[in-house]
Amino acid sequence: MNEAAIYATLNEIFRDVFDDPSIEVSPEMSARDVPEWDSFNHINIIVAAEMRFGIKFRAAEIDALRNVGDFVALIDRKRQAA
Amino acid sequence: MLALHWLPPAGDFDTALAELRRDEPAADMLFDSLTGLANRQIDFMQTRRLDRYLTEVMPKLPARAPRLRLALLGSSTLDHLVPGIRVGALRRGLLLEVEVAPYGQWRQQILDPGSALYAFKPEAVLLALDHASLLPELPLETPAADADAAVNAALEELSSLWQMLRDRARTTIIQQTLWSDEPPLFGHFERQVAASPTALATRFDSRLADRASEHRVLLLDLRGAASGVGMQHLSDPKLWHHAKQAISPAAAPWLGDQVGRILAAIRGLSKKVAVLDLDNTLWGGVIGDDGLDGIVLGQGSGNGEAFLSFQRYLKRLTGRGILLAVSSKNDRAIAEAAFDQHPEMILRRGDFAAFEANWNDKPSAVRRIARDLDLGLDSLVFIDDNPAERDLMRRTLPMVAVPELPEAPELYARCIADAGYFEAVSFTTDDTQRNEQYVANRERRQLQASATDMESFLRDLQMTLTVSRFQPADLARVTQLINKTNQFNLTTRRYTEAEVRAMMEDPHILTYAGRLVDRFGDNGLTSIVIGRIVPDDSAKAIELDTWLMSCRVLGRRVEHAMLSVVAQDASTLGVSRLIGRYRPTLKNGLVKEHYPSLGFAPVETDGEAENGETTWMLPLGSNHLPPVDHMTIVYRRD
Repeated sequence: MNEAAIYATLNEIFRDVFDDPSIEVSPEMSARDVPEWDSFNHINIIVAAEMRFGIKFRAAEIDALRNVGDFVALIDRKRQAA
Repeated sequence: MLALHWLPPAGDFDTALAELRRDEPAADMLFDSLTGLANRQIDFMQTRRLDRYLTEVMPKLPARAPRLRLALLGSSTLDHLVPGIRVGALRRGLLLEVEVAPYGQWRQQILDPGSALYAFKPEAVLLALDHASLLPELPLETPAADADAAVNAALEELSSLWQMLRDRARTTIIQQTLWSDEPPLFGHFERQVAASPTALATRFDSRLADRASEHRVLLLDLRGAASGVGMQHLSDPKLWHHAKQAISPAAAPWLGDQVGRILAAIRGLSKKVAVLDLDNTLWGGVIGDDGLDGIVLGQGSGNGEAFLSFQRYLKRLTGRGILLAVSSKNDRAIAEAAFDQHPEMILRRGDFAAFEANWNDKPSAVRRIARDLDLGLDSLVFIDDNPAERDLMRRTLPMVAVPELPEAPELYARCIADAGYFEAVSFTTDDTQRNEQYVANRERRQLQASATDMESFLRDLQMTLTVSRFQPADLARVTQLINKTNQFNLTTRRYTEAEVRAMMEDPHILTYAGRLVDRFGDNGLTSIVIGRIVPDDSAKAIELDTWLMSCRVLGRRVEHAMLSVVAQDASTLGVSRLIGRYRPTLKNGLVKEHYPSLGFAPVETDGEAENGETTWMLPLGSNHLPPVDHMTIVYRRD
């Protein structure tokens, strides 16, 4: 799965979690840009991504995330390692 | 592991949900479609999606669908579990309104009489606590007696909170067995150190069940239910650290199903009958082809023993009040002979309350079984190894539960148990006798068939109805009947045990419990009337708050006898008339004409007619009550 495919899947997850079909994720996007992106939905995104990509994140990895770009890079790295 | 493996695969769930959203059919159809979608093996995100739509259309769903108000109190975050719980209840046809107490506020919510919890007026409260919220962390060298005292103190605190909750909210309490994720300090030696976290927790858990029974509190036995799944799959430590989620969102559909089945049981929506196929379900092979000696059952073969073990499980289920029925495409004589003649057969012909062995299609057979037993189709579980029969049943009779039986018979019992169809909230002597009572009913039907007319049939039954006020010993059975009787139930008002107890002590409330015995046996406590003495013009009236009867004793004119008992009380109390109400639900059409048939006259009311409720009145004194000369009435007034 290349980076574009990860973005596409993540886009689906975001639309699903926020129940908003107009969402388009971008590398710079962060919790500041989406009003409903609270800690509750943050966990939902994490868990949905774990299920969809078949990976498990560590607490420290989640702490280090600043934006969607970081998240995609993390998913890519974990998938390669798996 | 955490999959709802007894349900059929999710398949085209996403498309089906999208189509439902687009088409949005009328209320009844919408409710059925939503329930159908909930009965698929859906994951956390799909459950959320279904729940989102459910919440959106909730006001449009039929007003007559059963509903329940549930409050969640916990020592961890619970919000992410709500969709799973709501869908778990929907799976069983129950609609929930859920209130979640703010994180960390569970104690305050119980202690403060002005809290949001009490304002919500919950009908059920789930207490989801971890060990750390009740048990202290003790120095490991603490003497055993002190450690034991700490466990007892924690149980005392919990009991007094239950009591407070019960007194203030008159609600059904569901206590989750305490959650604990503590890794051991000593390993296998752990439980022999009295003050170790594991030893404290184990001791607490082992006393919790007895304590809960004393207080009539229900358990959500997370530890027991998770033992087949592995507790570690329920949680994700990083989510505890990040968001104080003790249960992971990925486990929410599974946990929600566990909670949903208890709530459904509270509302009387648990299944009552296991309808069983024969060939390759109760034994290996085809009896019609292989013959009595050719079928695989016992005989020391692994596969044969597996079928025996499944039969043993079913036999044990009958001991707790679950009825068995056969639906098999077979020659009836051959099928019956298998039960009477096979030396290793554990189930016998007499264990089945209904026996449909013929060449008709199975949906027709299942309809006949429901009719014979006077039960709704939604009380039935259809257990068949043949995927084509299962598929046909799901399409034809979607209200019948159809487990996705695994291919190996050694896994059948586990599949049925995991599905939670027969969840109970009480266990009464009536349950233990149910199978015999239904078998006796078959004999009664034979008598009815041979009787020349209704009057002589009723007389030949030699019935005695014993009526008394609710007794403390009846509490469990009375509450069970109030919450699960759907058909012969005039108002379908559901009461918790605490509410029933309060009614027993209320001098303005008259309670009546009727037990019917006839020549074929004891039918048990099957009839309930609750009357309220209310002011009425210059005199008093008795308003019949609740009138219900188990369908087992339908058609015996027990209602005439109950009415005569109430009328007897009314004349003693100087009451001028009886007032009755009929509140229609999806299931109680049977008693629509109950009051007029007893001589009640309609009362015009304004405003209430929109839900179809009708009000009836019977003036006492000059009126002739329906005669009761077909049974003996023994009335034990206090």
